[in-house]
Amino acid sequence: MSTAVLVLVAFLASAVEMVEALTIVLAVGVTRGWRSTMVGVAGATGALVVVVGALGPALVQVPISTLRVVVGGLLLVFGLQWLRKAVLRASGVLALHDEAGIYETEVREASEAARPTGALDAYAATLAFKGVFLEGLEVAFIVLTVGGAHGSVLTASAGALLALVVVGGVGVWLHRPLTRVPENSMKFVVGVMLTSFGVFWSTEGLGGHWPGGDASLLPVIAVVALFALGLVGALRGRGARSRIGGEVVP
Amino acid sequence: MTNVARFLRFWYDFVVGDDWTSAVGVAVVLIAGALVPRDATAWVVLVGTAIVVTLTVWRGAARRRAAR
Repeated sequence: MSTAVLVLVAFLASAVEMVEALTIVLAVGVTRGWRSTMVGVAGATGALVVVVGALGPALVQVPISTLRVVVGGLLLVFGLQWLRKAVLRASGVLALHDEAGIYETEVREASEAARPTGALDAYAATLAFKGVFLEGLEVAFIVLTVGGAHGSVLTASAGALLALVVVGGVGVWLHRPLTRVPENSMKFVVGVMLTSFGVFWSTEGLGGHWPGGDASLLPVIAVVALFALGLVGALRGRGARSRIGGEVVP
Repeated sequence: MTNVARFLRFWYDFVVGDDWTSAVGVAVVLIAGALVPRDATAWVVLVGTAIVVTLTVWRGAARRRAAR
């Protein structure tokens, strides 16, 4: 069961990051031309391969308990960041992530930037490189950490690869940003899962034990999800009370 | 800014992000989990994480309200 959860969390986290990278690449490609944009994408892909190639084998050398504490800690930090933003968005405190709005902003900025005089459009290549590298690095970290702590980077990679095929395929087919992807809900789920994996593995790495072993992962996910939903409800209630009281707060 | 500073800044932004309290909170939770008896580690990490997420969400909401 935990293998399915592992693939699911890798798929969802990768899909969310890839949707964001796709939005940037499409905006740059449409406004500045595809040649330089694809140079940036290829460069970022190459850089990511180097990072994963260096980190992947290094993870195997680390003792599993140490790896689980470090990985669990990193997953907790990542997961709590995702969860915090997801809770604030779901409760209306932060605006929802809007790919269409981001796409329009990227298109406007790319259109206004100076045009190149040489063969390579450095602006387009750099922007595409940064978008793909930064989002891809997050995918690589999640896949390596989640997969590494579980002892199966390949299984986690399968989830990421599936996300690449789905998001990339749909993006190429539609040729526009994927605005209908329930990105905010996916981020909430990923935040819950990364936090749960972090809690689970850091505990095991510290020498603690979960009753029922790996089977405890699902109840931990349920507890974290319910707690996060409780925070959303509390913030919404607080916002409603504030509005009734005349304040202009969430 | 030197290249080393830029490199460190990149990794700080990448790992810690825009809210350092999560990273500090996780460090405190892990240290506490390591110090208590093994039977209590799971509870300390789980409850500690719940406290950290509550604090960071509350802080994020308060900052947002203050900015409006």
